[in-house]
Amino acid sequence: MNNWVVAPLLIPLFTAVLLIFLHNKLKLQRWISLLSSLLNVAVAIFLIVQVRNNGIQTLNMSGWAPPYGIVLVADMFAVLLVLAASIVTACCLWYSFRGIDEERERHYFYSLVHFMIAGVNGSFLTGDLFNLFVCFELMLMSSYSLIVLGGTKRQFRETLHYILINVLSSTLFVASVAYLYGATGTLNLAHLSMRIAESGQTGPITVVSALLLVVFSVKAGLFLFFWLPGSYGAPPAAISALFGALLTKVGMYALIRTFTLIFYHEVEVTHMLIGTMAVATIILGGFGAVSQTNVNRILGYNVIASIGFISLALAVSNVDALQGAVFYLVHDMIVKALLFLLAGILVAETGTERINRMGGVLSHSPLLGWMFLIASLAVVGIPPLSGFPGKLLIIQGSLENGQYVIAAAGVLLTLMLLYSLIKIFILGFWGKARRPREAHWKQSRKLLLASAPLMMLIILLGVFAESVMPYITSASNVLTDPSIYIQAVFKE
Amino acid sequence: MEIIVAVIVGVLFAVGIYLILTQDLLRIVLGTSLLTHAVHLLLMAMSMLKTGAAPLLGRGQEEFVDPLPQALILTSIVINFGITAFFLVLSYRAYQKLDTTDMDRMRSESSKHRGRRR
Repeated sequence: MNNWVVAPLLIPLFTAVLLIFLHNKLKLQRWISLLSSLLNVAVAIFLIVQVRNNGIQTLNMSGWAPPYGIVLVADMFAVLLVLAASIVTACCLWYSFRGIDEERERHYFYSLVHFMIAGVNGSFLTGDLFNLFVCFELMLMSSYSLIVLGGTKRQFRETLHYILINVLSSTLFVASVAYLYGATGTLNLAHLSMRIAESGQTGPITVVSALLLVVFSVKAGLFLFFWLPGSYGAPPAAISALFGALLTKVGMYALIRTFTLIFYHEVEVTHMLIGTMAVATIILGGFGAVSQTNVNRILGYNVIASIGFISLALAVSNVDALQGAVFYLVHDMIVKALLFLLAGILVAETGTERINRMGGVLSHSPLLGWMFLIASLAVVGIPPLSGFPGKLLIIQGSLENGQYVIAAAGVLLTLMLLYSLIKIFILGFWGKARRPREAHWKQSRKLLLASAPLMMLIILLGVFAESVMPYITSASNVLTDPSIYIQAVFKE
Repeated sequence: MEIIVAVIVGVLFAVGIYLILTQDLLRIVLGTSLLTHAVHLLLMAMSMLKTGAAPLLGRGQEEFVDPLPQALILTSIVINFGITAFFLVLSYRAYQKLDTTDMDRMRSESSKHRGRRR
């Protein structure tokens, strides 16, 4: 029992409620929300230290023992993602002091962000399938409001699609929870894993696992991603950065958690399916990124393609690949947030989202240009930056298993993403300026300052990969050996 | 009893999906809410409908009904109530802004709009 496990959920929740009452005091709102997100970073680091020293931390809500009550489980994988999410949130909030107009700030922007973070952290930490559904809904409800906040025509159109697709997948989620409860009589993740290991993963359970795969794929943007590029491009940069960094990754986390902890018996069926979907996602997402000329859409397809890449690791599911998946997931959250934030500045500077109408930004804001280039290289996985270790491990893992198609897809993805991002760099930053320089450079400098911590982080994460590795290994140990998780939940 | 509920669930699913596939926004919202009803019934039926007495100890009963699915359904109903309300308000605002509740026309308007900008 460790009461700190619930803190990453409670802090944003209380902050969000508090901020509802302060919605007219902008300054106060800004500082409270920044402080609260920094507090969350501190709590996440504290939890990481505890997990490193004492193993997996659990909390039985209201004191009910595991199979009966709801349990929160903080293993290294969950806690690392909570930390990455908290850091990204802090930077995005700092960015939104300047990057979001006052009208939005007055209309509960900060409250909604904190509600969303509560849902995100809850999804990472929960050890119960139905509780996962509730946390998903908390996160999605706030994301619906965040997407439509501002109320332009484009936002309405995209939000309608976004809500419809998510309501449908949530309905399927409840249906698969119902089937799973009918088949096993429990919803606790650890208990589910035990029961299915005892009775064997029979045909019906594999079908239910495929239904869950569909549900989480919609949330993560794995193969069923047609809604993603449009809806992530509609809101302002700070919001799309949060979405691109966090929402799809929560779906990915749920996929990895369920298919390493519960449904790992019928690898030929489920993991084969995941592998096929992942390769298709990489190809479609990669071509999407290459073919677009709108900055936000290119980044949207980048998000999709890297979700495909992480799913490759899940399809391989050996030690190296899962280590790579954890590393790449953390890296991807940070770097995608950074890319969206920088693209937001780029769009503000040039006044257009289309790269063939931009040009010459490098001459008047060189810092933005070089930061964008470094972030792009990190996405691609150039060695000193943080994309490299994860990518290396995933491809190495797939080669060890002899799954050459998967390794080839991973390498192909790298080339396509490199092309799509360098295209933004060449067309947007090189050449002559197409339009007179707009007068908000001072503002852009503050925005750049807010994205700088993420930039530092991707460099540090790459350079000091060796000292981060023990944490990654301890996270992936739980994924490769479900009994660690089960013992931790049922120890008391 | 379970068979009747299973048939009802099937019918509700079919009607819900039919409504979602139409073009009118209001029908789509109704379709999603019918779908969630279907799923709640499914959740109830999956744990067997009437297997014993109410789950209260000390009444001399041996067989009890499983109370957990009902708790799950209650939670899910509340969530879906909120989402349906939000969806309806959003549809109304979208109708005010876009002057149509037809999904197809919304999309064609957006492509016209894009064409003009180009």
